Amino acid sequence: MNAVFARPRAMTEQKTHYCPGCTHGIIHRMVAEVIDELGIREDTVGVAPVGCAVFLYNYLDIDMQESAHGRAPAVATGIKRVLPDRIVFTYQGDGDLASIGTAEIIHAAARGENITTVFVNNAIYGMTGGQMAPTTLPGQFTSTSKAGRNTQSAGFPIRVSEMLATLEGATYISRVSVHNPAHVIRAKKALLKAFTVQKQGLGFSMVEVLSTCPTNWGLKPTEALAWLEEKMIPYYPLDEVKNRLEV
Amino acid sequence: MPRTVALIGTDAIAEAMRQINPDVVPAYPITPQTAIVETFAQMVGDGLVDTEMINAESEHSALSAAIGAAAAGARVMTATSAQGLALMWEMLYIASGMRLPIVMPNVNRALSAPINIHCDHSDSMGARDSGWIQLFSENAQEAYDNVLQAVLIAEDPNVLLPVMVLLDGFIISHAVERLDLLDDRTAKQFIGTLMPRDSLLDAENPPSWGVFDGLGGYYFEFKRAQAQAMINAAAAVRKVAGQYAEISGRHYDFFETYRLDDAELVIVAAGSAAGTIRSMIDDLRAEGLRIGMLKLRMFRPFPERDLVKALSHVKNVAVFDRSDTFAGEMGGPLFVELRAAFYEEEKRPQMLNFIYGLGGRDLSRNLIRQAVDSCKLAAGSNERQKRIIYLGIRD
Ligand SMILES: Cc1ncc(C[n+]2csc(CCOP(=O)(O)OP(=O)(O)O)c2C)c(N)n1
Repeated sequence: MNAVFARPRAMTEQKTHYCPGCTHGIIHRMVAEVIDELGIREDTVGVAPVGCAVFLYNYLDIDMQESAHGRAPAVATGIKRVLPDRIVFTYQGDGDLASIGTAEIIHAAARGENITTVFVNNAIYGMTGGQMAPTTLPGQFTSTSKAGRNTQSAGFPIRVSEMLATLEGATYISRVSVHNPAHVIRAKKALLKAFTVQKQGLGFSMVEVLSTCPTNWGLKPTEALAWLEEKMIPYYPLDEVKNRLEV
Repeated sequence: MPRTVALIGTDAIAEAMRQINPDVVPAYPITPQTAIVETFAQMVGDGLVDTEMINAESEHSALSAAIGAAAAGARVMTATSAQGLALMWEMLYIASGMRLPIVMPNVNRALSAPINIHCDHSDSMGARDSGWIQLFSENAQEAYDNVLQAVLIAEDPNVLLPVMVLLDGFIISHAVERLDLLDDRTAKQFIGTLMPRDSLLDAENPPSWGVFDGLGGYYFEFKRAQAQAMINAAAAVRKVAGQYAEISGRHYDFFETYRLDDAELVIVAAGSAAGTIRSMIDDLRAEGLRIGMLKLRMFRPFPERDLVKALSHVKNVAVFDRSDTFAGEMGGPLFVELRAAFYEEEKRPQMLNFIYGLGGRDLSRNLIRQAVDSCKLAAGSNERQKRIIYLGIRD
């Protein structure tokens, strides 16, 4: 009998701590599959964020380093400069990357740092219990925007991918989603490209993955998937935002 | 009418903030502070306060915004914990150097690495030289009372310094306690209105704040004045405590003593540990031990003379520190400072240091008994290596 489905080698058997319906788990798995497919498990170093994915090192069977909130791209830069033949990636939420760590991601991209970033955008600070993030949609209710995000005082959500795409150093940037199987397959392809860019030494690559947070959005898992599709995608269009070298 | 309520510590703080009705609150979420900001955001959303709330992109920016707002003449509060306080570092010194009366609850949490979200005092102890007044709280009631008093202490014209109100993460911040709140009118009268000095909004006398002051400038004199303000703060803390006692019936001072008068052995501690220690003192007294406690409320300024006076009759002092200085074999910050305070005294108690509860490790009654046993053993001898004991450390 042929096995048609198995746990990726780069993933451990550890059960995740994620809430029901959270898509962090799917994204973890895709990263593990990409690592397997590129045959880089022994050469890959991951940098975990502070955020819900803080325990990433429990789930990926690779070398990992923890970083302070927002500092993953700087930590990854340090690792990559010492071990240039390794594949180094960061895995970060939108609070981590688009709020407290905005400077680090911009400058890593600007330097064309040959690392890969997996950017999980769930439009909220998940781990701390659902506060407004820079990526929170206009009018979206969070525990610190009780009347909905007010664009007068809090401005509009940041489209990080488009912003980073303006930087010469950014080689490959793509925005994908995981709200249904077809999009999961596309997301996986984008991740494969991003890691390939790094493997070929072509510079900074990032995949922004639109993700759900049913618990803090106050929605059932299926409703959260629908909300992502109906509300997030119109504001955050899915696109290969930048592919400088036509990888 | 004062109200008796059951609240978690962070909500007690938010209630104080509602009564203070600060003009501006910039904040960034971090466990276990988050609940303060969330409850307060709800109050803003419900129109219970007139506060301009700013969801900053980091703690560094949150305190920067607080500094801007305070210099502009506003009454400003923010709140944080651990990594957040660490990220505020640069701004902590600027807030105190610019003499801005910002009030900031810090929910004490351990600093990374390794990552740990639970209580210890390493965050605020690390900021002990940043020029902020620091007040510890034993429980939610004290945290609430400290926040209200902090506003007046900070704004005292002889002080004008920022104040950090400290409460233990989870142990106080997330446990429900019974406490008494002032009625809103009394609280508002007590707080009064801020009369900002040299506000940016004073068009007649336009000031410049925090300007460059080079080699020939007055930086040195500024710092001396700041040191004096911290000395003055002690009197302000007492004065405000007196005013607060009149409206609340609750009395505060630099520290609180428990069964100290005839004690031969005294445990010195700050924060929530005092509750456990107090209950243990009763048991040990019943066993015939002459033991007492001194609970420190005001760590900055350090009430050196009062402490020495209070402990002068004591043979043995056990200093409980919930953080380490990593200064070699010097012990925790409370220990280091209390020992220094006794330097000129002829009669000095023997002092042992117990470092406990790092990263949220529980301080059980049993551990307190162990500490007391060590003090009994050590009485008389003065071996250097035994001075610092990591209470409850696993082998
Ligand atoms: C300096 C500092 N400030 C604040 C925090 C608290 N904190 C931990 S995770 C987090 C937000 C995480 O949100 P996000 O990056 O969007 O990831 P998610 O949890 O949603 O996956 C915050 C604010 C911290 N750890 N360090």
